[in-house]
Amino acid sequence: MQDAPLSQDKPILAIRDLHLEFHDHGRPEVVVEDLSFELRRAEILGIVGESGSGKSMTALAIAGLLNRHALDCSGTILFDGVDLLHCGRATLRRYQGDEISMIFQEPMTSLDPLQRIGMQVEEALRIHRAELSAAERRKMAIRAMAAAGLPDPEQVYGMYPHELSGGMRQRVMIAAATVLKPQILIADEPTTALDVTTQAQIIALLRTINAEDQTAIVFISHDLSLVRQLCHRVIVMRKGVAVESGASDEVFRNPRHPYTKALVDAIPKVVLER
Amino acid sequence: MVSLRPRALLARVPNRGLFCAGAVITLLVIALVIVGMVWMPYEPTAMSADRLQGVSVAHPLGTDKMGRDILSRVMYGSRITLLVALGTMAIGAGLGILVGAVTGYYGGIVDEVVMRVTDGLFAFPSVLLALVFVSLFGSSTLNVMWALGIAFVPSFARVSRSEVIRCKHLDYVKNARLMGVRDVRVIFVHILPNMRGVLLSNLMIGFNNAVLSEAGLSFLGIGSQPPFASLGQMISEAQEVFFIVPSAVLGPGLVIVLMVLGFSLMGEGLRSEEGRMA
Ligand SMILES: Nc1ncnc2c1ncn2[C@@H]1O[C@H](COP(=O)(O)OP(=O)(O)O)[C@@H](O)[C@H]1O
Ligand SMILES: [Mg+2]
Repeated sequence: MQDAPLSQDKPILAIRDLHLEFHDHGRPEVVVEDLSFELRRAEILGIVGESGSGKSMTALAIAGLLNRHALDCSGTILFDGVDLLHCGRATLRRYQGDEISMIFQEPMTSLDPLQRIGMQVEEALRIHRAELSAAERRKMAIRAMAAAGLPDPEQVYGMYPHELSGGMRQRVMIAAATVLKPQILIADEPTTALDVTTQAQIIALLRTINAEDQTAIVFISHDLSLVRQLCHRVIVMRKGVAVESGASDEVFRNPRHPYTKALVDAIPKVVLER
Repeated sequence: MVSLRPRALLARVPNRGLFCAGAVITLLVIALVIVGMVWMPYEPTAMSADRLQGVSVAHPLGTDKMGRDILSRVMYGSRITLLVALGTMAIGAGLGILVGAVTGYYGGIVDEVVMRVTDGLFAFPSVLLALVFVSLFGSSTLNVMWALGIAFVPSFARVSRSEVIRCKHLDYVKNARLMGVRDVRVIFVHILPNMRGVLLSNLMIGFNNAVLSEAGLSFLGIGSQPPFASLGQMISEAQEVFFIVPSAVLGPGLVIVLMVLGFSLMGEGLRSEEGRMA
């Protein structure tokens, strides 16, 4: 655990009464219900809950990736004075990759198999910093790759995804997501597909990014021990509803909601007592 | 960037044997066309008194009923047929892929409307559609290309639409959108190159259909105007003398068969079990 950022820091992201409902299979299906929370500057916020509890949908909503044709959305997601849930694609694009980035669970499928690693790390630069020369872009990309802990970034720059291991690809994803030092990084189960050692390395990397660049991280996971190690605050979700939230030490030591209690009891003892 | 090293690409072709056999046949046909552009034994339109000659050293495929050298005419006709097929593909595949990509990517009401229109077009046999087009705008090589090209749009639109729908849910496409990448770039840089396997084998099949449709139209007397003839027209003209000079029919027929066979084999070779390039 690390110290929580100062609580007087004003929130950079405010989610109010987020409500997401599918209506494509005839009967409506509510996947997120009246969810409200704030993300403060430089904070790591965990969202935990069993699978299907609406964590990914919440993440996609913040990232502006929801398919609004298939969904009823209400509420607001306020960032920089703009409601990300209802603004146009052009406005979203201005923030995506620059101020708000996301990494996904599957490092094996998150990279375009036909593009070199360098190209993919530079994508955000080409879009948001079009004025940069190719050489400057390359320099920034390689710096981001080194910061993401990729050994020999100059060489990896010219490789294709299939030449890298899962852990390396997740580092590439992180490099691509953080090349512009966004204010918010959403990580949706970023370590679920990785082995335990790599998992620990990625967690350490996220912590470094948070500490050095003041990047706020929304860390989504169903692994409570990870959340406990990494996050300042935590929200526990169940069936689309936030059942409990608070400082993560507090929530884990002293769970109030029976669902949280059950989750905490399910953490293997070895990890708890470490 | 797509890896374009020939060796690397060939290594990923699921059935290399078939593909290479097809490529060799296709190269043969293309060689025939290219040689014909530089040198032909006779002027393909030059008539002579030696009518309906059989196979000989002077006329390897004999002469037709106007005394024209059939080999020279086959060389010239192959050029027209290949040109029409390529033009048809450029129009049909170009427009079709574009329509399919846009409708598949955006979905919604535009998708509904455009796909219903292409379904309507699809219901007409392409040759019939081309007949209508040509009777409206006149019979010329160029018009046949447009007519067949437009008739081919629906099948390409469908294939590319379903591929785009498959691809747009892939993580790296989502990821690109997340970086703020514009839709046009997402479609052209991240989606289309990744559906090349399916597109390529469909291009091969489409090319064959184009060759055969062109031959069919020519047989009905539609297309380039005499004395210039495509392979189909040559066969049509020669049918009444089949028993006197069989090579007048068999020569152009063989080239059509080779063209279609070459592309079919290449297309088959590109297709893996799931129907896409590995
Ligand atoms: N296209 C869809 N149509 C209907 N329901 C969906 C669709 N996509 C996801 N859901 C539902 O949304 C709920 C929340 O999913 P998700 O946010 O992915 O859960 P989590 O990430 O917490 O595991 C799930 O119950 C899932 O069944
Ligand atoms: Mg999920």
